[in-house]
Amino acid sequence: MTAIANDEPGLEIETVVNGAPVRARVAVRQSLVDWLRDDLGLTGSHVGCEHGVCGACTVVVDGVCVRGCLMLAVQADGASIETIEGASASGRLAALQEAFYTRAALQCGFCTPGMLLTAAELLAGDDKPDRETIREALSGNYCRCTGYQAIIDAVEAASTSEKR
Amino acid sequence: MKPAPFAYAAPRSLDEALALLAEHGDEAQIIAGGQSLVPMLALRMATPGILVDINRIAGLPGLLEDDAALTVGPCVRHAELLRHAGRHRHWSLIAAAVREVAHPGIRNRGTLCGSIALADPAAEAPAYALALDAEIVLSSLSGERRVPARKFFRGVYETARAPDEMITAVTFPRPAPGWRFGFQEIARRHGDYAIAGLCAGLRLEAGRITEVELVYFGIADRPMRAPQAERSLLGEPNADAVKEAAAAAGAELEVEGTGESSAALKRQLMRVLTERVLTKLIVGAPGQ
Ligand SMILES: Cc1cc2nc3c(=O)[nH]c(=O)nc-3n(C[C@H](O)[C@H](O)[C@H](O)COP(=O)(O)OP(=O)(O)OC[C@H]3O[C@@H](n4cnc5c(N)ncnc54)[C@H](O)[C@@H]3O)c2cc1C
Ligand code: FES
Ligand code: FES
Repeated sequence: MTAIANDEPGLEIETVVNGAPVRARVAVRQSLVDWLRDDLGLTGSHVGCEHGVCGACTVVVDGVCVRGCLMLAVQADGASIETIEGASASGRLAALQEAFYTRAALQCGFCTPGMLLTAAELLAGDDKPDRETIREALSGNYCRCTGYQAIIDAVEAASTSEKR
Repeated sequence: MKPAPFAYAAPRSLDEALALLAEHGDEAQIIAGGQSLVPMLALRMATPGILVDINRIAGLPGLLEDDAALTVGPCVRHAELLRHAGRHRHWSLIAAAVREVAHPGIRNRGTLCGSIALADPAAEAPAYALALDAEIVLSSLSGERRVPARKFFRGVYETARAPDEMITAVTFPRPAPGWRFGFQEIARRHGDYAIAGLCAGLRLEAGRITEVELVYFGIADRPMRAPQAERSLLGEPNADAVKEAAAAAGAELEVEGTGESSAALKRQLMRVLTERVLTKLIVGAPGQ
């Protein structure tokens, strides 16, 4: 028979977070992003809408960007998770980060972790996306400050930067 | 915004999953990609007693293509389907439609089968499944049955699926030679649910249109074919027939307004979509 779990005592999960193994017990209704932020202190992933529309909670699970608010922490059992902290430390976002900085593609910074991770996924599969492609790729990430143009500029600039 | 408490099970086999569905009935909800269910949990629009997570079941069909059909299993993500369809001309309709489903991060987790099970009237998947004459494979402890898409969708979030059934695959027969497809939708922003959309298919044989499929979505309680508009296109491809079809579609179907979009607006969009998509489809067709 399949084991049925509840919030108490929750379920034991084993994951790799930013390269380090993490074993923990989680309530079954806790979202992945709440677990990363509240239990592991990785507050670089932001929580905006909590229902999938804003993209601020974007994290990388087994190599692809997902919404951290739409995945349960229990579903990450066995998965490898990379948050903005890990991606930034690895240096793989350096060209994008510099382009965001020089083009003022962030103001409050709330959307920035999600923007960077999503843009990096785009650039990993498409060396030279046109502006329309960039816009489509980022269409699920809200920014309430910049008006988006500077973000599109920055991603375009990063795609041609020598640092990539 | 946090979900109400629920129990959670991640069965390892299909039989275990089906047994859980049989035992818990209406109280159970399958979670596949979670891209529609988790928002509903967060908003407490859904308060299931138990979530049955199908992501850990071994041996479910994945994505399989042979000469006869494309089979899409329950854990195949929109993103994987899009990559596959993008490489095959005969699945151009799927590729064009899936590109409009939500955003990359959501396509990385959301599934076709989940979208079919949900049956949102403004979603792309039910519409292209209908246009491509797909079959929905439903499994329960008492066995397997196959329901054609045209009989599967019954209303807003309503389908032929019983609570103890799981969609274990959706199969798309490969279109016969001569078919060509077009797709367009109108949404407020890229990735939003459509205000209105159209999946169109024409079969051209010896310069004549011999079969037509026009499936509109976002305009009623489920995707709808427009038989009169379809008939008006048969024969020589020509611009007048396109105009006639565009007028017929809005007139023959019961169109329902949603939110800020009135039925009149949707009818107008249906006309616009019909003209745009069909004009593009018959340009370059033999006989034009
Ligand atoms: C911001 C946002 C924008 C979106 N925009 C669009 C859009 O433009 N177009 C669109 O089509 N969708 C859109 N979606 C929804 C998305 O496409 C979902 O992925 C899809 O609707 C459901 O797939 P899922 O695997 O995530 O299903 P889940 O959320 O896991 O499940 C959805 C429902 O289907 C049931 N279910 C799932 N799998 C099965 C199965 N195998 N058998 C039986 N029942 C099953 C579940 O019990 C649940 O009731 C959007 C979502 C978000 C958050
Ligand atoms: S917090 Fe997850 S998408 Fe907004
Ligand atoms: S910089 Fe403030 S939300 Fe984007």
